[in-house]
Amino acid sequence: MLKENGFLFDVTLCVGCGSCYQACKETNNLPQTNQDFLKDHLSDNTFTVVEQYGEVFTRKLCMHCNEPACVSVCLVGALKKSPTGAVVYDADKCIGCRYCLQACPHNIPRYEWGSTNPRVRKCNLCNDRVNSGLLPACVEACPMEATLYGNMEKLIEVAKKRLKDNPEKYYQHIYGLEEAGGGHVLVISPVPFEQLGYVTQLPKEPMPELTMRAMEKIPSVVMVGGAFLSGMYWLTKRKNQVAKEEQTINGK
Amino acid sequence: MKVNEILKPTFWKVVSVIIVTMGLFSTYYRFSRGLGATTNLQDAAPWGLWIGFDFLGVGLAAAGFTIAATVHIFHIHKYEALVKPAVLTAFLGYSVVVCLLVVDLGRPQNFWHPLVMWNVHSVMFEITWCLICYTTVLILEFAPIALEKYNLHAPIRILKIISIPVVIAGVLFSTLHQSSFGSLYLIVPGKLHPLWYSSLLPVHFYISCIASGLSMIIFESYLIARAFTNADGVHNTDLKMNILSGAGFGVLITLIAGLLLKIYDFVNNGKLIYLTILSTETYLFYLEIVLGTVVPIYLLSYRKFREDKKWLYIISVCVISGLILNRFNVSITGLAATSGINYFPSFDEISITMMLVVLAIFAFRIVAKNFPVFESDESGIPVKGNVTINQNK
Repeated sequence: MLKENGFLFDVTLCVGCGSCYQACKETNNLPQTNQDFLKDHLSDNTFTVVEQYGEVFTRKLCMHCNEPACVSVCLVGALKKSPTGAVVYDADKCIGCRYCLQACPHNIPRYEWGSTNPRVRKCNLCNDRVNSGLLPACVEACPMEATLYGNMEKLIEVAKKRLKDNPEKYYQHIYGLEEAGGGHVLVISPVPFEQLGYVTQLPKEPMPELTMRAMEKIPSVVMVGGAFLSGMYWLTKRKNQVAKEEQTINGK
Repeated sequence: MKVNEILKPTFWKVVSVIIVTMGLFSTYYRFSRGLGATTNLQDAAPWGLWIGFDFLGVGLAAAGFTIAATVHIFHIHKYEALVKPAVLTAFLGYSVVVCLLVVDLGRPQNFWHPLVMWNVHSVMFEITWCLICYTTVLILEFAPIALEKYNLHAPIRILKIISIPVVIAGVLFSTLHQSSFGSLYLIVPGKLHPLWYSSLLPVHFYISCIASGLSMIIFESYLIARAFTNADGVHNTDLKMNILSGAGFGVLITLIAGLLLKIYDFVNNGKLIYLTILSTETYLFYLEIVLGTVVPIYLLSYRKFREDKKWLYIISVCVISGLILNRFNVSITGLAATSGINYFPSFDEISITMMLVVLAIFAFRIVAKNFPVFESDESGIPVKGNVTINQNK
């Protein structure tokens, strides 16, 4: 059985120190993009950000969907769901159509617009670190244990328990559990999620379903269409022949 | 043609040379400096003019499969004269689209990857394959004209044998990828404005491409009649009004079907409310519907307009404008509100697009002057009488 891991981020525990932001930059060898990390935004050199909304801080990063839109739309399979649960990118396969940027319901992937051989850039849940037995860099760096890394089932349990034990402290919703079919990054917060800049108007079903409903009709379109056209070809040809014969008979 | 004659400067020659030169510079910058430096594309607007232009290029080239099916599958030989120009237009249109796609790719050196790396769940994958297959079909459909010129009869005989399966395959490939351009946006319900987002997007795209493809053929016939005359040594380019008003009737039927589907979509999905919210999107939507659908339907339903040279020309321009608006509304305007970005193409984006269009027109001229594009096949002489379906009734 696959052991799928993910994040649980608790807004109530985050103090906005920016350790996760710095650790992400260091482990991915990304250059500094802003003096003040709270004013930074996701870019081809920033895979996670800490944002301040009044009194509270929250993180933005790839949600590592269960059925990712980006993976389903990538025509060459450069984006893949890894067995660990992370959505990972292979630049060597990528042709650069940017459909992943267009399709992502959370608006996460970023592109290296300044490069002549650009890559799609986003969090990959530290897939290499995880595969060599380490924790993701941001989790290791967090002094408050605001971001937990672990088995998805356990994380969901923890999140539900926190909501249940402290109903007055939390807004009763786990963001990322059902949005767009759910993913491997869960967020719990004291305030509604639209106040934290998350996309909340998402369907509960996975986004690729919307495309599949149209795509699954293709075989029948081809078969019915092919049969119809062949039939019409034969039928109208026959009709022309009959008309021609009638004409020659009438002519005589 | 003599060298002097080619070098003689005329207004359009000068303009074309300027456009192509600018386009070549822009292409050089695009590949040497990257997308960020030469386009206005960004993370919030990853697709721009080039993708939008691909949509309308393919949409306007739809006559290639519609006319081929009308003549070769449904045996309505009245339209025989339109087949070759339509196939040639489609082929050149698709060539422009393929070139623009490669220019648009971030890693154009990997353009061949879809051939060996497959993800059958991707609409983009399906479109890529249909584009490849349909362009092959167009080459096979046009090949006999080229081969005939060089008296190569053996390959023509083979092409004649496979011609009907090729036409059928062409119609199927077209149906799939024309509609799939709409399917591309099925996955972004939260981003595309509800005026355009619909689970029926692929059907909308399919119906509108037929109407505008036929209009394009009407529009093109006028240009051809003006550009190629008997004096140039090109014959059979004069306007055949009975054919064109027949095509106009086809446009009318498709537009009505498209409008009915739009109404059904709006009523069924409770989207009527969006028509009353005044915004840039609503204005553009109204413009698209009124100019591209309502006015043409009104005019085409009168025989006197349908059979009048000038009016038919105006109507075809309306329908084409409607399609251009629709495709840009879906690919650019409809996404602007949610992305928070007001995308407008950069100079390089525009100049590369214009260069490819000019080159396609130039290629059309060369082919039309050197190959019998406007002559009908002798073999398929229509049977007179009740066989040809008189669509004017």
